Amino acid sequence: MIEQIYSLLPPVVWDILWAMVKAVIILLGLVISAAWMIWLERRLLGLWQDRYGPNRVGLWGLGQVIADMLKIFFKEDWMPPFVDKFTFTLAPAIAMSMMLLPFCLIPITPNWGVASADLGLLFFFATAGLAVYAVMLGGWSSNSKYSLLGGLRSTAQTISYEVFMGISLMGIVVQTGTFNLREIVLWQQEHVWLIFPQFFAFLTWALAGVAVTHRTPFDLPEAESELAAGYHTEYSGMKFGMFFVGEYVGIVMVSGLTTALFFGGWEAPFGDYLPFLNTVPFLWFAIKSLFFMSSFILLRAALPRPRYDHMMSAAWKVCLPMSLLNLIGTAAVVLWLGA
Amino acid sequence: MKSFFAVLHGIWTQLRSIGMIFMHSFRPRDVILYPEVKPPVPPRYRGRIVLTRDPDGDERCVACNLCSVACPVGCISLQKAERPEDGRWYPEFFRINFSRCMFCGLCEEACPTNAIQLTPDYELCEYDRQNLVYEKEHLLISGVGKYHDYNFYRVAGMAIKGKGKGEALNESAPIDIKSLLP
Ligand code: SF4
Ligand code: SF4
Repeated sequence: MIEQIYSLLPPVVWDILWAMVKAVIILLGLVISAAWMIWLERRLLGLWQDRYGPNRVGLWGLGQVIADMLKIFFKEDWMPPFVDKFTFTLAPAIAMSMMLLPFCLIPITPNWGVASADLGLLFFFATAGLAVYAVMLGGWSSNSKYSLLGGLRSTAQTISYEVFMGISLMGIVVQTGTFNLREIVLWQQEHVWLIFPQFFAFLTWALAGVAVTHRTPFDLPEAESELAAGYHTEYSGMKFGMFFVGEYVGIVMVSGLTTALFFGGWEAPFGDYLPFLNTVPFLWFAIKSLFFMSSFILLRAALPRPRYDHMMSAAWKVCLPMSLLNLIGTAAVVLWLGA
Repeated sequence: MKSFFAVLHGIWTQLRSIGMIFMHSFRPRDVILYPEVKPPVPPRYRGRIVLTRDPDGDERCVACNLCSVACPVGCISLQKAERPEDGRWYPEFFRINFSRCMFCGLCEEACPTNAIQLTPDYELCEYDRQNLVYEKEHLLISGVGKYHDYNFYRVAGMAIKGKGKGEALNESAPIDIKSLLP
């Protein structure tokens, strides 16, 4: 029976179909885990502030997300009369999709992962650069002062961190000799997790990763305490929801990227000595990503927002030289070993 | 060089505060899970208002309207009536609008007879705002409240049927101003 159905189409088509099904499963898993990040964040913030957080709806409050989502879906989607309608609608779509897109590059397990593009890292830089248009356009089209300030800040912040983000990851590219994320993970399995040789790159990348997702302490574009809600002050209903969930998708995406780039992807720690640990690659990927997702929340719980100019001078005066030195040092070592 | 150490010091302080916040994971939580665990309230907590009775079982309130005047938000309203058998005053109706009351306790301080008292019951929620208007039958309790043996008519010089002036506790009979005798 199954073989008869299988023989109806050529195997290539089945492969394509299977790849599509995989992509949809990964997309759904990503969005759902991003939504439940909201619950995780509220519970963890509660833990670190000596309170409980949402713990009533369902087991441990897990149902809170469903309730919140239902509420935000049925909220009135009100558009202020003074906004620029087209860009106002476009901005949340960009915010969500540009955070979703890079996840297709992340190798989850040896045979799961949407795409294995040879220019993987560059694609990520491109989408991270485009993602700032969401904030800029949202702030600009809202036609209100708070939003505009949020948008402006976001632009300045982007110019500051994108430079050293790119340069910090170039060290990895020099060392592994590829832009392809899957091959970077495979390189780490053969040699060593990149966190050890590329420690300074990891430091700057961690800062840049927080800045990409606009999370505290780099949440200057939204800065609730100064700018109402920054660039999404005028948004309501599901448009706001897309900005909101987009932020959490960004966290999941950056955590996944960090796992793949610096911590050996799906590879189990001490897998060489305890081979049975390597039988569950997805579990390791999930554990490592979850660790970084929780670190995002810990940062938010612990650190205050820096002043605007402090953030920029730290980016230009500390992070940029550090990542440049790291790149030059890596290149020198690679040349020396190669020669 | 100096700024280099400043950067190092800044990084150290940030890491330190992250670590300190993380150590909060192992602290007990400060929150009381309210509906399951009731927070302890002191006995003089200012919650739901009651009207008490004197030790003989009569209403203490004499409908003097002082509480109503003292109330900053004006949420008490009552009307005086006279008991036909002994001429004692009592409120015909007594109404407190708890959707306005801010539990300041000024009514309790103003009351000369200790009739109106605030109790530690704070669970007053209703789904319908109108249900927050309490009438006399909701307010009046059968006990004496915080003051166990206080009875206004026994200590005040007020004459009602069955008790003339000066017959109460710690009272001397009124002075006869028409007499020359000491
Ligand atoms: S507690 Fe204050 S607000 Fe409430 S009834 Fe008494 S005087 Fe009025
Ligand atoms: S409750 Fe007290 S203050 Fe208010 S009318 Fe009665 S006796 Fe007077």
